[in-house]
Order: sequence, then C-alpha cells, then structure tokens
Amino acid sequence: MTSHPPAEGLKVHVLPAPFDPANVTLITQGAEALLYRTTFLAPSTPAALKVRPQKPWRHPTLDKRLTRQRILAEARVLVKCRKEGVPVPGVLGLDWEAGWVVMEWVEGWSVKEAVRGWEKREGARQSEQERGGYEIEGLLRRIGEAVGRLHKAGVVHGDLTTSNMMLRPLGSGGAGQAEESGAGSLEGEVVLIDFGLATQATQEEERAVDLYVLERAFGSTHPRSEGRFGVVLEAYGESYKGAKATLKRLEDVRMRGRKKNSKDYPPAVLLLTDLEGTVAPWPDECDSRTMHDREEKRRVPACLQPYQKAESYTGAGSNPYPPHAK
Amino acid sequence: MENITLPHLLEHPLQVCLFRNVENATFLRQQLLDGNTKFEYAFLDASVLLSRKHVLAACFRAINDMLNDRLKSRNVHSEIVFSLSPNNNISESFRRFGITNESINVLAIKVGGDAAQIESHLTANVKGQPAVFSDEVLAEVCDLSRIKKIYRVDVGTKSDGEAARKEAEAFVLGSMALKGS
Repeated sequence: MTSHPPAEGLKVHVLPAPFDPANVTLITQGAEALLYRTTFLAPSTPAALKVRPQKPWRHPTLDKRLTRQRILAEARVLVKCRKEGVPVPGVLGLDWEAGWVVMEWVEGWSVKEAVRGWEKREGARQSEQERGGYEIEGLLRRIGEAVGRLHKAGVVHGDLTTSNMMLRPLGSGGAGQAEESGAGSLEGEVVLIDFGLATQATQEEERAVDLYVLERAFGSTHPRSEGRFGVVLEAYGESYKGAKATLKRLEDVRMRGRKKNSKDYPPAVLLLTDLEGTVAPWPDECDSRTMHDREEKRRVPACLQPYQKAESYTGAGSNPYPPHAK
Repeated sequence: MENITLPHLLEHPLQVCLFRNVENATFLRQQLLDGNTKFEYAFLDASVLLSRKHVLAACFRAINDMLNDRLKSRNVHSEIVFSLSPNNNISESFRRFGITNESINVLAIKVGGDAAQIESHLTANVKGQPAVFSDEVLAEVCDLSRIKKIYRVDVGTKSDGEAARKEAEAFVLGSMALKGS
C-alpha cells in the first residue's frame, strides 16, 4: 500500500473504494475517523476526505449501523449549516455504506495557531503602551458571531475548540493571497469544522453547554488570553434572538462545572466544612452527624413512608426535606 | 467534446458534449424511450445545471453506485440523471433533469467508450451547435428559477454573480449527496 512497510503492530487502514492511497494524504487521525487531503471532481479542486474505518471489534451489523448513523448525522448537519449560511465546509460526496464523506477543503490555519502566534508576538513587545491587544478582539468577536449563527440554525457543535475553527483568508479560492497575510494572521473568515459530535438540538441547555465547552477549551489552550473570552460572549449575545437567554443559562452551567469555586465565578454552594462551628447548616433532624446520637436508631427514608397528607408540606422550595412521620 | 477523467475514477472516463439550440430533442428523447442501444447516453437538460461541479458530482455518485451494485435505475446513464435529483422519485428526476421535447440546450454524457466514435455519432445525430462545457456557458443557458424551485434554495439572480452561485452550489451538492439516506 505505502512505499514503506508500516511499523510492527500498526494496522494500516484500508481505504474504501474508489479511493487509492496513492491519491490521498493523511492529515490527522481521531478516535473515530481519519482525515485525508485529496482532490475531488476536478484535479485542481482540493478536498477533505473523512473516513470512518471498520471497527473489527464490533459486531459487523452494529458497526455498519453506527457508522451509517454517525456519518449521516455529520453530513446532514453540514448541509443544514450551508443552507442557513453558517460558515462550514460543504459536503461534496458521501457514501454511508462505505463510511466516507468528502468535504470542501478549507484553506488557511486554525484559530488556535492564530491566537498562539499573536500571544507570542504580544509577549515580545517591550512597552505596555504597545500592548493594546485590540487586534485579537476582532477575531474573538468573529468567533462569537460564527457560533451564534451556528446556534441560530439549530445546531450544536459538541466539540467547540480553537482547533476546530479555521481562519480562511478572505477572497480564498485564488491561492497566493494566503501567503501575503502570513500563516497565523488574525485576519480571515472564521469557518467551523469537525462536526463529528454535532447534534441538531434546539434546547437552550445544549447551546449553553456548547459555549461552556468552548470557554473551558479556550481557557486551557490560551491561558494568557483567557481574560478576553468575554468578547466572544458579548458578540454571541448580539448574534440571535435567544442568545441572551443562552448566556443566562451558561451561568447555571458554570456553577455545575468543576471551576465553580475558582476566583472567576462566585461560589454557588458553600461546603459544609466552611460553615463548621459557625451556623448549623441543616435543620437538626436532617443532620447526619447528629443522627447517630439520637434515640431512634433506624429512620425510614421519606420516600418509603406511607403517604402523607399534602398539608404537612410547608410548600415547594422552602424545605426540600418533608417532615418524617411519627 | 470533452474527455473528463474524475479523480479516483480513472477507469471510467467521461465523454461530455454540450449542444446549444438543439432542434431534434423529441427524436433524441424517443430513442431513450425506445431503449435504442445506440443511444446509451445521459441526455441532460442544460437549463437546470448550475455548474460543472454540479454535473460531475452526479456522475461521481452514479459511477460509485454502479461500482457498488446499487443502481436504482436501469444503467449508469439514467443513474446520472437520477443522481441530480434531491429526492427518490425516478420518473420525476427524468422529467426535471433529462431531455424533454422542449429542450433547447442539451448536455450529452457517456461513461467509457471510444471518444472518436462517440463524437462522430453525437454530431451526426444531435442537430445543434456544440459548445464548450464550462461554468460560463452553463450560466448563460441555465434557468435559475427552475433550479431554485427544484432544490428549494436561494440561488439569487444572474446579476448576483459568482458568490451567490457558489453558496447555492454547496447546498445543492449536499442535498444530492444525502439523497436516499
């Protein structure tokens, strides 16, 4: 297949027909799929070939069904986005039985590279005056707008990171312009890629989680620019009608996340240890620590108690623990 | 006439010829209806073709389906016509994309075969002027309102130019690729 034999124990994936290893170049490999660069329909048209190879450990029938489902879900989302004007690569060809999809090739570089390059240049600057940082805010703004357009179309990406966003030089199609602005430039159109985990969802919660994933991914990939992430959210908030509500929901999602106690967000729930010795955190009878000292040894949980009259509840929300039966 | 070899389908070269001002569309259509084996071509009505890519994507799908024994219609040539359609209705796809008695601009495609023989047979039997199979000529002869109706996509008007067309093309190719899923 290739000019040199593969390393010991490394299985070379078999490309589905009609593709030939001689005409494709492997770009990257994920857990589920392989991405190649090739040409499609014309020798001068570059294209991205995404192959979901067979998984020999799965039952063949199940494997076929899962491959079919996933490749179709991705293609449907891309076509939908294309119709709604969300900047994504279009689908050029597809074979769900064989497990491949050919998409438009996106020229340019990833947002991750662009931001890293900018951070490096910014770090090299001497004076505080020179460090404005305004250039990057334009890019962050365009990211927010792109995600907003995606969500407006009713699609949730599922894996928003700065490496799943490309910066396509404006007026691309004609090669050569890309060189002028230089790889890693902050200019260009933000194009979203890799919809392998995308779903067509209209729930506010899912959109908020999508933003939360981006927020956390951005913070860990670009810690020096983390403080500017608010610009993304600000642009997002203006991008479609329900955006403000999604941002509100994002606050709830953050509180559930692991970062809830960091300095960035005020803590939502105080830990019991914080309150030790100051205030009794729960009503006495519900406190597990005092329960052992009680006379009554075994207490029946409320859910196993015989039905109580409604009046015994003090009302929704005021006390989550209904009083126990005598 | 142009000889086109699609990437990855080197064994199946296409012979493509665009004719303008065709006078005997009725005769050509009749040959297809009669199943005349000498007329094994995909005769497309060029007024519903958006671009070269649009046509070639249909050819790729048809040939790939043929190689996988999944043809939904009689042969690879009728399958090219069917592949252009965004839905699974075969007779509707023939009515919309295939040659009709009223067709004036016709694109003839043959998969495989001898180039010289096909060219002489086509020029002898199609009464029309051969034209270059290019995006520019297709843009001249296409009927955007019909394309818009078939694919339910906003293709703009002729004055909107390249950008609107490219946007529409991406969606059209996508809906063709998803057809039958």
